[in-house]
Amino acid sequence: MMSRELRQRFDVLVVGGGPAGMAAAVCAAESGVRVGIVDDNANLGGQIWRGEFQDGRTKDAARWTEGLQAARVTALCGMRIFDQPEQGVLLAEGLNDLFELRYESLVLATGARERFLPFPGWTLPNVMGAGGLQAMVKCGLPVRGKRVVVTGTGPLLLAVAAYLRKHGAEIPMICEQASWSSLARFGASLFGHRNKLTQGLQLRREVAGIPFFAKSWALSAHGRQSLESITVSRRGKTENVPCDYLACGFHLVPNIELPLLLGCRIKAGCVEVDDLQRTNVSKVFCAGEPTGIGGVELSLVEGQIAGLAAAGCPAEAKQLFGQRERARRFADLLERTFRLRPELSRLPVPETIVCRCEDIPYSHLRPHTSWRAAKLHTRCGMGPCQGRVCGPATQFFFGWDADSVRPPIFPARVENLATLAGQTELQHSETPGGLA
Amino acid sequence: MLSDVTVMVNGRPVTVPSGTTVAIAVVIAGQACRTSVNREPRGPLCGMGICFECRAAVNGQPHCRSCQMLCEPGMEVRTDE
Repeated sequence: MMSRELRQRFDVLVVGGGPAGMAAAVCAAESGVRVGIVDDNANLGGQIWRGEFQDGRTKDAARWTEGLQAARVTALCGMRIFDQPEQGVLLAEGLNDLFELRYESLVLATGARERFLPFPGWTLPNVMGAGGLQAMVKCGLPVRGKRVVVTGTGPLLLAVAAYLRKHGAEIPMICEQASWSSLARFGASLFGHRNKLTQGLQLRREVAGIPFFAKSWALSAHGRQSLESITVSRRGKTENVPCDYLACGFHLVPNIELPLLLGCRIKAGCVEVDDLQRTNVSKVFCAGEPTGIGGVELSLVEGQIAGLAAAGCPAEAKQLFGQRERARRFADLLERTFRLRPELSRLPVPETIVCRCEDIPYSHLRPHTSWRAAKLHTRCGMGPCQGRVCGPATQFFFGWDADSVRPPIFPARVENLATLAGQTELQHSETPGGLA
Repeated sequence: MLSDVTVMVNGRPVTVPSGTTVAIAVVIAGQACRTSVNREPRGPLCGMGICFECRAAVNGQPHCRSCQMLCEPGMEVRTDE
């Protein structure tokens, strides 16, 4: 099917419709400029506010959704950006449409994805990301009566377990890789973050009765056509646990592919920004998880600052600096508490698939010294996900950094690549991830 | 109240509430979304359009990320091609 070509022009274009992007769009639009917000998903809200419309919206989600409508922001959903043909122009692909989006200023609020740590059996159907399984349940996956083990690290595990149980799942256990001593220190530090303490206590009530193990994780998953059971490490002992789903959450990783494509400077895996959320690229701002994982509150305040700054209102933006500082301190605390323990990098066996797109096992990657070498020699990261899953895994296992991207940053249909090619012929379709 | 939608997964009808994604219809149908290079069955992993493990042919268009698409009445989903 040929794509329809559509053109739109905005004073401020926001990429990403999660909390940071919504806040940026509302703040920019309220100052009177023409604002568009584009997102890959069918609805705005990002991952955290996904499905809020079915579940009863949280106060924040409702506030910002209404703000978007009131401020007359143009929302373009179900569209993924795959290239920048020239500065100030982005190309996005919808189901049947090709969009050319022109902007004066750009706010990148591309969010984060989950980090997956390969272990034997992790490729079985029904082994999923913790946030991923929650997203699926929000979109209608029934889990009533299903046994779901939650493994990984951080407060997300509790939130996911509480959510799944509310939807009828049985949670045999939560396996948290952090030790009791660091969890205890974290608990004590919460007294310095009043609203987080309240949230934490609320969460604890919601998971009451679910067995919670510290310094524990899934060693392997077993099943024929899909997951049937897992082996868990618990205080150095192993235990077999039958289950229907395994939800794995080993932190989030910023989505920096688009910032990289635009030439934004990256530091330790995150987009570098100044006080006003400006990147090193002129008129390109960045807010939320891509500047450093910090959660919804930090995302909202960074989004507001970026939106105001992008619309030319730096004075208003500066009034939010204090709020951002407080949210950042909490993010740092999370980072320290839930740092991944080195034992987890020894989970794969030689046959364990690391790159799921190309089925590349751990043993083929081990001899290489860099992400680039592994890609060239094994095709690791060359499939449709373009290393979005195996990249962060090899970063943790081997310390490899994936620091460059090539367009299209998402697989795009050949006719759309051809449209933009014009001058470059069809060579883009030969690049990794091009889907015919 | 939300209405129901019926889609065809590998030729068999699956009825789900409207607003359900195609990936979920495939999981409910008890099917893997795709078969890997080494012929292993694969299902959704990230649930948010990143991992491409849930890709399937939808209405004849191959390689659709089924977790990012909502079920529409009469949609034809194939995971066995």
